[in-house]
Amino acid sequence: MEVRTAPALAVPQTSSELEVRIRKRFPHPEGTFHLHVHFRALAGFTILFGASGAGKTTVLDCIAGLTDPDQGRIALGGEQLYDSDGKRNVPAWKRHIGYVLQDLALFPHLTAEENVAYGLRQFGAAERRARSREMLEAFRIDRLRERRPAQISGGERQRVALARTLVTEPRALLLDEPLAALDRPTRSSIVEDLRRWNQRYRIPILFVTHSVEEVFALGEEVIVLEAGKIVAQGQPRDVIDAPRLETVAQLAGFENIFDATVLAGHEDRGTMTCRIGTASLDLETPMIRAEAGSQVRIGIRAGDIMLATESPRGLSARNILPGAIQKLESRAGMISAFVNCSGAEFEVHLTLAAREALSLSSGKNVWVVIKTHSCHLLRQ
Amino acid sequence: MNWEAFWLTVRLASLVSVVLLVIGIPIAYWIASSRWRWKFLVEAAVALPIVLPPTVLGFYVLVALGSRSPLGRWWESLTGHTLAFTFEGLVIGSLLYSLPFAVQPFAAAFGAVDPRLLRASASLGQSPVQTFRRVVIPLSTAGLVTGFTLSFAHTLGEFGVVLMVGGNIPGVTRTVSIDIYDRVQDAQYASANQTALVLLVISFVLLAIVYGVNRRAGMVGPWR
Repeated sequence: MEVRTAPALAVPQTSSELEVRIRKRFPHPEGTFHLHVHFRALAGFTILFGASGAGKTTVLDCIAGLTDPDQGRIALGGEQLYDSDGKRNVPAWKRHIGYVLQDLALFPHLTAEENVAYGLRQFGAAERRARSREMLEAFRIDRLRERRPAQISGGERQRVALARTLVTEPRALLLDEPLAALDRPTRSSIVEDLRRWNQRYRIPILFVTHSVEEVFALGEEVIVLEAGKIVAQGQPRDVIDAPRLETVAQLAGFENIFDATVLAGHEDRGTMTCRIGTASLDLETPMIRAEAGSQVRIGIRAGDIMLATESPRGLSARNILPGAIQKLESRAGMISAFVNCSGAEFEVHLTLAAREALSLSSGKNVWVVIKTHSCHLLRQ
Repeated sequence: MNWEAFWLTVRLASLVSVVLLVIGIPIAYWIASSRWRWKFLVEAAVALPIVLPPTVLGFYVLVALGSRSPLGRWWESLTGHTLAFTFEGLVIGSLLYSLPFAVQPFAAAFGAVDPRLLRASASLGQSPVQTFRRVVIPLSTAGLVTGFTLSFAHTLGEFGVVLMVGGNIPGVTRTVSIDIYDRVQDAQYASANQTALVLLVISFVLLAIVYGVNRRAGMVGPWR
């Protein structure tokens, strides 16, 4: 039998690999919360995806050194940052890991430029200024240099927070829903800036989000967390497009999620009628085992909905709902139309060509067309 | 107006408030950040001088400074005289007496600094000491000014502790408040009034500073 000699050497460890293997338990309103994850993140974007309370932020806190795991090991580029066996725990401020917190935490007493220069204490004043100015320009916020955080907008604060972290040239970057509070154009332009920056530095970037759009915009790799465990990992297409998992299904894919009440089941047809919570709008959905009057949640993909400018006839689709376009947003080669049907708002994805062919504009009356089997019933 | 007593009082209050700034900041930071379960006992002890009659505090300080206590004996072996009825003894008594007036505003200010800023600072490579100097202190200036000013003003007006610990030695331990008391005893009302008025005005100005500083701290806006 052949003796295998050190196969680990065959795969040279890249200098910037982040390896995380941690366990942590802490009290939680619904019993003890157990976090137990093991993953590697290579240079580039890795998305941590999951519902709130899944443990995403705790994972980042442990990597940054702001919280201690109970047990495990965290290594970056081969250097042990935390090791419960070796009793090693590098303090947060010596880890050189950039962490952009969800609420940014800009220093209110410092200007934008002083915030960006904050982590550059080891350099002389001239070098500090040069580096922070360069970063302010790269993030297109140099005109805000003299302003304090209270005097600038949300998107600008986001850029200051990112610039403040990136200027320190961290060995890994942790981003905790950094774009959650922003509107779509701002979001995608910041994502572009981040991408550009990462092409140059090539470090592991862990990006926490519960937005599917961000998963696809950034993700080379996505890790799905559910109740403290990794339940799926892989390419966004493989993980998100096959929503077998409830978390993924609940969060992913469905731009439209409605709470509804079952009105009646039609056993013979294998369908049932559900009324959407706030609107007096009925949808025909596939049959599930549910009593009339019970609460369900319906998810519909924006790409599964059709729009018609005249009341369509002779269609197999069972849900044809009149409504009016509230607004149209264009992004990355496609259109998002938001349509109000009796108080329920549907997001519909269209091609640019479809918008032109139908000459859609906001205020226009349209019909929303949804197949019964495009209405996915999600467990609550 | 007894200028000797006035300058003695100013010297005492300045020394006490400066020393309290130095020792009060670490105590206050510990109170603001410690998670020790018995911390409340320390907080209660620090607050004691607010409620204790100055005579009680003064009595124990006098005992502690006297030649029958270890501290008193140590000081006596060092300097050849006891601390009681000296300016130094007065400083020690006043430090205890004004401690909560410095520590409480400091601790409140430190505690009000958003802990997320401290996390951000750590992740930007700054040690706890650097974070304290660059984030906590600048964001606590109103509280530091308040504590400094209050301890100054409070020491300025102390009476009971001074009388117990310092006695009434002109140029050494006779402060303004004692001077006023003496003059009233001697029925020199005009002169007592003069000194009392000076103390009143100074105290008002100091408190106006405290409230002015805190008013501005509460208003964050584009004009800053």
